[in-house]
Order: sequence, then structure tokens, then C-alpha cells
Amino acid sequence: MKLISTIGKYTILMVSQLGRLICFTFSSIRWVFSFPFYFRKLLESFVEIGFFSIPIVGMTAIFTGAVLVLQSYTGFSRFSAEHSIPTVVVLSITRELGPVLAGLMVAGRVGSSIAAEIATMRVTEQIDALFTLAVNPIKYLVVPRMLASIIVLPVLVLIADIIGIMGGYLVATEKLGFNRARYIDNTMQYLETDDVISGLIKAAIFGFIIAISGCYSGYNTKKGAEGVGVATINAVVMASVLILFSNYITTQILFRK
Amino acid sequence: MTDSKKEKSSQKKSKSKVKLRLTNICKRFGSKVVLDGVDLDVFENESLVVLGGSGSGKSVLIKSIIGLLQPDSGTVELEGSNITNIPRRGRDNLMSRFGFLFQGGALFDSQTVWENVAFYLIHNKYMRRKEAQEIALSKLEDVGLTSDSMNLYPSELSGGMQKRVALARAIVNDPEVIFFDEPTTGLDPIMANVINDLIIKTCKKLGSTAITITHDINSAQRIATRLAMLYKGKIVWTGGVKKMHKSGNPIFDQFIKGEIKGPIELELRRH
Repeated sequence: MKLISTIGKYTILMVSQLGRLICFTFSSIRWVFSFPFYFRKLLESFVEIGFFSIPIVGMTAIFTGAVLVLQSYTGFSRFSAEHSIPTVVVLSITRELGPVLAGLMVAGRVGSSIAAEIATMRVTEQIDALFTLAVNPIKYLVVPRMLASIIVLPVLVLIADIIGIMGGYLVATEKLGFNRARYIDNTMQYLETDDVISGLIKAAIFGFIIAISGCYSGYNTKKGAEGVGVATINAVVMASVLILFSNYITTQILFRK
Repeated sequence: MTDSKKEKSSQKKSKSKVKLRLTNICKRFGSKVVLDGVDLDVFENESLVVLGGSGSGKSVLIKSIIGLLQPDSGTVELEGSNITNIPRRGRDNLMSRFGFLFQGGALFDSQTVWENVAFYLIHNKYMRRKEAQEIALSKLEDVGLTSDSMNLYPSELSGGMQKRVALARAIVNDPEVIFFDEPTTGLDPIMANVINDLIIKTCKKLGSTAITITHDINSAQRIATRLAMLYKGKIVWTGGVKKMHKSGNPIFDQFIKGEIKGPIELELRRH
């Protein structure tokens, strides 16, 4: 009996959380289309989410590209298919690894920072203060971060794509002795615009997920320092799981096309 | 004479207009009833102090008035119009008529002192930053701060200075009604009195109505023109500050004297 009541309790909790998240998301989207627009906050978010994430995204991409070449070589050289390595690398990075790894890295860096900042504002009544100063907290805190994240993530993924391919190219040509011109030719030969576009679409979706997870967890935090910690964990876990889940859904939709 | 009769006679005497009227405000969190039918009138230009012990629902009351919390039932009227459940846009206009000083200051820690004070002007009135800065500076001077502090961040200020900045921010829109949430909590007695005097001075200068919630009797005595006692989610006594020591209400008497024995003690024992 106790087991059933516990299951019931957690089910109700989960459903109510999901409901709150959906309401929060719709409310955030609704406020995008109304006056005023906080351009200054939007620019600050561009810098915070985009510019400061370039090093971590770049580092992730370059090592991923490098490892991908080494691992592919191990397999492909067994049946003399080394010439396929550039194609495998470029398709893996643009379609999958670029967006997913950049998304996860940004979720860790930015999602946690958004959640901690907004949660601290909640705990110290700064969000209530916004309300009393006749400024809509969702519009001021959530909308600029959400827009910035949606716009900036594709740019970050584009950078990750270029740096990742570059990482693969360097290892392939400098360590494995590939011909430089032929490697570039093979890279470009089978790459289509759709491959890059599909990665960028995913990136925009991941950007939305990261911002909403961070803002929602921070905005609905319970009081106290512990609440801020829990909000930060929730933001990163929620964003990571949703990124991986939506990645599958998006891939399937784009794959069917 | 009963408490309600006393209140009616004081209303007649003052001939003041009712600025805010709370009728049967109820609020519960889960099974815990915090406000259990609060009825209260706040008159124009008066300084009403709501007293009550810790956890008596003072903060919930003040937040229910301005709309930070939605009461489960009851109405809040501002100059006769119901403001209990007005939509977001209307509420933004309404908030322009209110000022709120938070217990911890609630200053935006990512912004400088002047940006905090000018926040309303920049983000609601869309004033140029330079112009807003000038107004912020004059408000800072009103609360006894100089231009030296205007570029500091809240974390670089002492508790008393933070309260002053928060007060400057609360009055930047020249509000009709100012709410003070425990304005002297956490301050030393001298700084507490400095803040008390600033509250009196500011309200007089702006001609604002003030509603303060506190459990600091000294502060209440200093800033109030009228007192109300919140106990078990209800207003159990209201009266002028001069009647403070002859209220005839055992709960209020015990509270202001800080006596351990009395009707409030029974409540403590039960829990």
C-alpha cells in the first residue's frame, strides 16, 4: 500500500512539474512578441552565452575531430577504406557530434549559470523586486536568454563544425600521412548543405532547451542556498536529457525527409 | 467600546479617505491557514504599522496586497477599485503607484547603486540613462547618500547603506503607497532609527501612505500614526499610536510588552 502511494505521489509530482514547465515555456514564448524589448539584456546574453562559450566548444570540437580520425582509421584501414575517413568525419561532426557535444557543453556551462543566477535572484527576492518595479520578470530574465540561446547555439555549432573538421584534418595529414588536398576534396565531395543545416536546426532547438531548463529551474527554486544548488543540478540534468531525447526525435524527422 | 467602534470613531475624526481596503483576505498554504479573513482599512497619508510575531503572516499579508501572492478569497481595493485579480498589464500600471522596500533590500547585485535606483525609470519609463542617473542621484541624496557611492555594487555596501539604496529605489517613482517589509531588521539600533526617520521624512515629502510590517516595537512607535495587530491570521486590534499602552487587548498588550505569559504563550505551548 505504501509503495502504491509513493508511486502515486511521485507520478503526481512529475505530472505537475511537467505541467508547470509547459506553462512556463508557453508564457516565455508569448512574451517574446510583446513590447518592450530589452536589447541591452539580449546583447549581454549574446556575449555571456555565445562569446564566452567559444573556447569550451572549440576545445571539445578539435579533440572530437582528432579522435574521430584516429578511431575511424583503426576500423577503415582493416578493409582499405581510408579514403572514406574524411567523409565519415565531416558527416559525423556536422550532422551529429557538433550539435550534440556543443549542446551538452553549453548546457553544462550556461544552463548551470543561468539557473544559479535566477535562483539566487529568487531567493534574495530580486525577482519580487522586479515585479514591484513594474517589470515583467519573465520578459526581463527569460526572454532575452531564450532568444540569445536560440540564435547563438547554431553559430557555436558552425564554429564547432569548422574546428572539429580542422582537428580531424590535422591528425589525418600530420600524423597519418594523408594527402592534404585529397583529404579536403574527400571532405567536400559528399558533404551537402542539408547536412550542415540539419545540425544547425538541432542547435537552435538545443539552445531553446538549455535556456528554458536553466530559467525554469532557477525561477521555481525553493528558498535557501540548498535550493540554488538543486536548481543548478536540475537545470543541467534536465537540459542534457532533453537534448539527447530531442536529438533522436529531430534526427528521425530529418532522416525521413 | 469595542475595537471596531474605536476604529470607526477614529475614521470619523480623521475624516480621511480610505486609500486601501482589505476585505476578508484569506490565504492558506496546503493545510496551513495563514490569513483567516483579514479586514483592514488604510487611510490616505497615514502611516499604518502592522505588528505581529514571527510567522504570523505579516509578509503574506503585504504580498497579498500588492499582488506578489494571490489571496484565496477576499478583495483588495485601491481608492474603491478592486485590484485583487487584475491582469498583468493593468498590474504593471498599478505597481507604478506603489513602492516596496524589501526586508533584505533585494537590490540587483549585478547592477551598480545608481542603476538599481534608476531601474524603474530605465526599464519602465524608457528614460535615457543619463537623465535617469540624475534623478537616481537626487533620490540617493534624499536618503542621505552621496554621489561617491553611486558606482558601487550592492555587495560593497553595509546593511544600512543597502537599506538606504533600497529605499531610494522604492521612492524613485514618487509612489502613492509605500510598503515597508521589516525595515529595521538586521540593523543596529542607531542605524535602525536613521532608517525610521528616513521613512517618516520620505513619506511626508512625497505625501505617501505608508504600510509597514514589523515586530520591532521601537520602530513601530516611531513611524506609525496607527497600529494594527495581526494574530492567527486576523487583525485583532487597531488603534492610534497614542493608544498603544492602553489598548485593552490582551494579545496586543502581551506582544508590545514582550511578556512570556499571556494568550500568545498558550498558542506556543500547543505547537
